Amino acid sequence: MLKVSNVSKNFGGVAALRGVSLTISKGTIAGIIGPNGAGKTTLFNIISGLYPQDEGEVFLEERNISFLSPEKLVRLGLVRTFQNLELFGRMTVLENVMVGLHTKSSSGLLSCALRLPKQRKEEKRIVEEAWKCLELCGLAEVAEKEAASLPLGQGRLLEVARALATEPKIILMDEPAAGLNTRETTGVADLIRKIRDMGITVVLVEHDMELVMEVCDHISVLNLGQKLAEGSPREIQDNSAVINAYLGED
Amino acid sequence: MKKTDQILFFAFSVCILFLPLILKESYILHVFVFIGINTMLAIALNLLLGYAGQISLGQGALYGLGAYISAILSAKYGVNPWLGMGVSAVIVSAVAFIVGFPILKLRGHYLAMATLGLGIILYIIFNETVDWTGGPSGFPGIPNLKLGSLTFDNDVANFYLVWFFALITMFLALNLYQSRIGRALRAVSDSEVAARIMGVDAWLLKVKIFAASAFISSLAGSLYAHTVTFIAPASFGFNFSVELLTMVVVGGLGSVFGSFLGAAILTLLPEWLRVFHDFDIVIYGLLLILIMMFMPRGLAGLVSHLKAKVYVESK
Repeated sequence: MLKVSNVSKNFGGVAALRGVSLTISKGTIAGIIGPNGAGKTTLFNIISGLYPQDEGEVFLEERNISFLSPEKLVRLGLVRTFQNLELFGRMTVLENVMVGLHTKSSSGLLSCALRLPKQRKEEKRIVEEAWKCLELCGLAEVAEKEAASLPLGQGRLLEVARALATEPKIILMDEPAAGLNTRETTGVADLIRKIRDMGITVVLVEHDMELVMEVCDHISVLNLGQKLAEGSPREIQDNSAVINAYLGED
Repeated sequence: MKKTDQILFFAFSVCILFLPLILKESYILHVFVFIGINTMLAIALNLLLGYAGQISLGQGALYGLGAYISAILSAKYGVNPWLGMGVSAVIVSAVAFIVGFPILKLRGHYLAMATLGLGIILYIIFNETVDWTGGPSGFPGIPNLKLGSLTFDNDVANFYLVWFFALITMFLALNLYQSRIGRALRAVSDSEVAARIMGVDAWLLKVKIFAASAFISSLAGSLYAHTVTFIAPASFGFNFSVELLTMVVVGGLGSVFGSFLGAAILTLLPEWLRVFHDFDIVIYGLLLILIMMFMPRGLAGLVSHLKAKVYVESK
């Protein structure tokens, strides 16, 4: 589904990623873990087209997507969420999700300003689709609230709802449970599984080990910009190199 | 458009329609012609600043460019003023579209500087190309617009002329706000990176809205040229760009009716500020600071805040 091949990235002489390769299979929940500064978010930024990599390539379903812009990638079915919420704060929750349907609609500047019949019909469809995403993520009750006023838990859900509205094939989630309480984290775990069961591949960067071990089918561990290990949750838990990276060597 | 906006727009249009009957041929009606032009200009800037979150300090010059092209076409080449108005709007928006590609790559202060530069360049052109524009002493003898036997050379006719365009501008801007493109613009304003992840081509969209803003500004400029029949560079300088910015901020970022309020206040204000002479720009600056500090959402924000308060108390 998604293949990262030998990707490297430097920031002013500091190597954030050094030749990282990963393969993520279709229809799975893949976890990427690692201590702070391991390069997880950098990897996400490269895959989602926000940064160009210095070396290496990224493939989505055999297609080379290295250096494609985010607005092109979402049309190919790749979308992401942000760890530090990047919601459209002054828009309502519903409107946030409606922006997610941007690529699934086509009305231009003029037809929007003139409110042509075709545009009105499309607008109705956008609203309906957006409501479906809100209901799936349990946000229907706060639909008319300003996004900036949401508590963190609902904000993280809105990130996911908005991403789902783009009808992705693969969704990259950057720490969807960070800062959430146990009950909220369980909700996120259920939602992630539901998304996988819809046939969408999920890639998860997460610090909450319990969540990662519980939901992921496959885990890759990054440390200091390199891949340290990969395997099933059980294999990772028993891997001495991983334990050392997290706890430090004696 | 939201239902409340529809009702408000309808009521507003009716008020405008009957205003000349109440005001008759008075000075205030004359001022309302300029309020109409400034409303168009404020909305044009609001599309950029309030909707898309992109600043422009060159709006006054785009307005001037429209005015000068209209003036030159109609007075020097005898082109029908209506046609000239359309041609100017197309030229000015094309200029904005082309210039927009490089400058709208910039953000924040850098964009402010670039648009300021654009304004200054155009202002110098208005002043220096004396053969075309008449330079600092101005461009006299611009013909009035005509419709059949009706000539737009008095305040009542000009009022209806200008407000016809201003109301259309308001209507289109209101429609745009609650639409796919309006949401994409506001998304770019709140988080450009997230908007791009959602598939919004932020750069192209900003360039397009800059061109649309220039189109409206140019129409306002043509209306100004043909109603006043005399134009001079001083009307299109940096001070006026700042004045437009003040209108939008005072009225409320992103609010169409706010743009009208801002335009009305800032157009009436000079009448009241005459006593300060050249220091009026200081008052504008002060107003801008105070509003940013105490009512960041402008008059429109204040109105909806009061409405919400009354609603809560009546419950």
